Amino acid sequence: MKNTLRQIAHSPKFMIGFCMILLMVLSVFIYPLIVPGNPLEMIGLGTFFRPGTYVSVYDSVSTDKRYVIKLSDAAEKRLASKLAPEDREVMKTWLLAFGLPEESIDLENTEELLQLWRNTYDPELRFDNMTTAVRKHVQRTDAKLDSLLTDTDIIIASETDGTLTQSGAVGANDYVNVSEIANVRVLPLGTDNFGRDVLKEMISALGTSLLIGLIAGTIATVFGLALGLLAGYVGGIVDDIIMFVTNLFTVIPSFVLLILISFSISQTQRGTVTVAVVIGLTSWVWTTRSVRAQVVSLRNRDHVNLSKLSGHSLPRILVADILPYIASYVIMAFILQISSGILAEAQLSMLGLGPRTTTTPTLGLMMYWAMLYTAHINGAWWAYFPIVVLIACVSFSLNLMNTGLDQVFNPQLRG
Amino acid sequence: MKGYRKYFGKKILWFFITLFFAVVLNFVLPRLMPGDPVANITARITAGMSNVTATQAIYNEYIKKFGTDQPMPVQFVRYIGNLLRGDFGQSFSQYPRTVGDILASSMAWTVGLQLPAIVTGWIIGNILGAIAAYIRKGFDKVLLPISLMISGLPAFGLAIILLMVFGLGLRVLPLQGGYAQSLIPAFSLTFFKSVIYHYWLPFLSIVIIFIGGQAIGMRSMSIYELNADYVKYSRFMGIKDSKIVGYVFRNAMLPQISGLALSLGTMVGGALVAEIIFNYPGLGTTILGGITGSDYPLISGATLIITIMVLTTSFIIDIVYGFIDPRVKAAQYD
Repeated sequence: MKNTLRQIAHSPKFMIGFCMILLMVLSVFIYPLIVPGNPLEMIGLGTFFRPGTYVSVYDSVSTDKRYVIKLSDAAEKRLASKLAPEDREVMKTWLLAFGLPEESIDLENTEELLQLWRNTYDPELRFDNMTTAVRKHVQRTDAKLDSLLTDTDIIIASETDGTLTQSGAVGANDYVNVSEIANVRVLPLGTDNFGRDVLKEMISALGTSLLIGLIAGTIATVFGLALGLLAGYVGGIVDDIIMFVTNLFTVIPSFVLLILISFSISQTQRGTVTVAVVIGLTSWVWTTRSVRAQVVSLRNRDHVNLSKLSGHSLPRILVADILPYIASYVIMAFILQISSGILAEAQLSMLGLGPRTTTTPTLGLMMYWAMLYTAHINGAWWAYFPIVVLIACVSFSLNLMNTGLDQVFNPQLRG
Repeated sequence: MKGYRKYFGKKILWFFITLFFAVVLNFVLPRLMPGDPVANITARITAGMSNVTATQAIYNEYIKKFGTDQPMPVQFVRYIGNLLRGDFGQSFSQYPRTVGDILASSMAWTVGLQLPAIVTGWIIGNILGAIAAYIRKGFDKVLLPISLMISGLPAFGLAIILLMVFGLGLRVLPLQGGYAQSLIPAFSLTFFKSVIYHYWLPFLSIVIIFIGGQAIGMRSMSIYELNADYVKYSRFMGIKDSKIVGYVFRNAMLPQISGLALSLGTMVGGALVAEIIFNYPGLGTTILGGITGSDYPLISGATLIITIMVLTTSFIIDIVYGFIDPRVKAAQYD
C-alpha cells in the first residue's frame, strides 16, 4: 500500500494531473474571497462587454442599511457658474411678459429660477408686446439651458487648412485616474450576454461542475461496483438478471435516456443535484461490466474459497477478499466517471436540459447561453472560449491522472 | 456453418429484445416521472398566459392527444400501432409538419455526417495507435498526450475551436448551416458543392475526437499484445518483424471492433451536440429546437430514431465481427 502510494507520487503524469485539479479546486474556494459578490449579479448594462476595466457610473454608498448620499445640489451649482447674467435677464424678460410679478423672480437664486423657468416656459406662447427677434432669443436661451442640463461629450478637434475635423471625443463618464475612483471593476474576461462577470461566473461554474461530476461519479461507481460484485460473485440467476439489464443499457445510448429523463422532470425540480443524480444513474453500466469480469476471475481463488469455508458472510467476503484486488481499477473508473459526468452535464446543458438556469452557473449553461446569443458569430470569444478551455483542462487533467495510475498498476504499459 | 447460424440467431434475437426495451423505455420514462408530464408540457407552453380556462382547455386537449386518460396498456398498444404505421405524431413547434417528416430530413444529414466520420476516425485512430505502440519512445511521447487532450475534449469544444480558427480567423470555411442559405435543396452541382463546403468543419470536429479515443485504445491493446507469449515465441523463431506486427495488429484490432459497437452510443451523443455549434440541420439541432419549443412528440421521436440507429449499427458491427473472428463460431459449441 505504502509502496503503491510512493509509486503514484513518483508518476509525473499523475502528479501533473493532480496538481491541475488541485489548482482548480483551490481557485474555486479562493477566488470568491478576492472578488466577493454573487457570481450571477448582472453588473454590466448590455451584452458582451469586452475584457477590460469599467467604472461604475451609478456611484452610491450602500451598506446593510441603504444610504443615498445627497450631494448639495451639485448639478445646480455647476449651472450657477455657467448661467451668464445676460441669459438670466432674457429669462426675466419672458417671465415678466408671461405675467409673473417682478418680486417673485430672484435672479441670484439659480435653483429657484430654474424651477420657475421649467414650470412656466412654453415655447409655443406668443406675446403681443414681444418682437419675434426677442422670442427667438428666448428660445435659444432655453435650448442652451437644456444642453447645460444634460451631460455631453467634449469633442476634440484638430485644425487643418482652416477647417476643424473631429478627431475624438471625451465622454462625460470618462475617467483619467481610474485608480482613484471608488467603484471600479476589472473584468478580465468581460461580461456575458446578461452582463455578468465571465471570470467570476466561470470559476463559480467550475465549482458546480466539479460537484456534479463528483456526485455523478460517486453514484455511478457505487452502483456499478455493487452490481458488478453481486453479479460476478453470486452468479446464477442474479448474474443473468444483472447482466441482462447491463447489456441492455450498454446498447441503448445513455445520452438518449438522459434527454428523456431530464425533459420529463419539470423545470423547477431540475436542480444541480437532480441533474447529477440522473447522470450518475445512467452511467454505471461500464463499471458493472468490468467489475463483474474481474470478480469472475477472482471468484475461485484459494483465499476466497478459504474465507467461504470459514463461514464468512457474503458482504465480508466481497469487501475483505475481493474488493482489495479490484480497488485500483475502481479508483480509475471513478476518476473517469467524474470526467464523463462533467462532460455529460455540459452536453445536456447545451441542449437546454441543464440545471435550473437562474440560481447556479454551470460550465454547460454558460456555453448554452453563449451559443443562444450567438457569441461566436458576434466575435465575443471571451464568453465561450475560456469555458471550452476550462472543460478541456478538467477532463485532460483527470485523464492524465488516470493514465498515470494505469502505468503504476499495469507495469506493462510503462515505456 | 452451424456455429454461425447460432451466433447470428443469438444476435438477431438480442437485437429485437433491446429494440423492444428501447421502445418501452421511450414510452414509459416520461410517464413514470414524478409529477404530471402533461401538466409540465402545458405549463411550458402556457408560460405567461393568465387565462385559466384557456390553460385548462390546452391541458385537456393534450390529455386527449397523448391519451393519458386511458390505462397504460391501452396507451402502449396505441403507441406501438402508431409507430408501426410510421406515425410519430404532430410536431408542436413546426406545426403543419409531422414529426416523421422532420425526422426523415434531419436523419439524412446526421447519418451523412456521422457514418463517414466514425469510419474514417476508426481507421486512422487505429493505425496511429498501433504505430505508437510499435515505435514507442519519440512518436508515442508526442501522440499520447495529444490523444489524451483531444479525446478528453467534448466534440462541441473542438467544434468551437475549429470554428474560431477556420471560420472566424482564416475565414476559409463557413460558420454555420449544412448548405448556403440562398440555396434550396436540390440535386444540382451547386448545391452539392455547397454541402461539401459546409461539411468540413462538423466532419473534422467529430473525426479528430474519435481518432484520439481510438488511438489511445489501440495503443494499450497493441502494447498488451506485443508482450504476449506468441510474440516472444515468434521472435525466438526468427519470424520477420513486419509479419509479427501484422499478427499483433489483427489481434489488437478485434477488441477495437467490438468496442466500437459498445461506445457508439456515447460517440453519437457527443456528435449530436457538436451539430448545434454549426447549426447543422441534423438530429442534434432538431432536438435542441424541440426542447426550446417544448415539442414533446418531436423529442420523443428523435430519441427513438437515435436509439434505433445506434442499435442497428451495433448489430451490423456484431455481424461483421462474427465473420472476422472465427473464434465466435467455435464459442457457440460450448
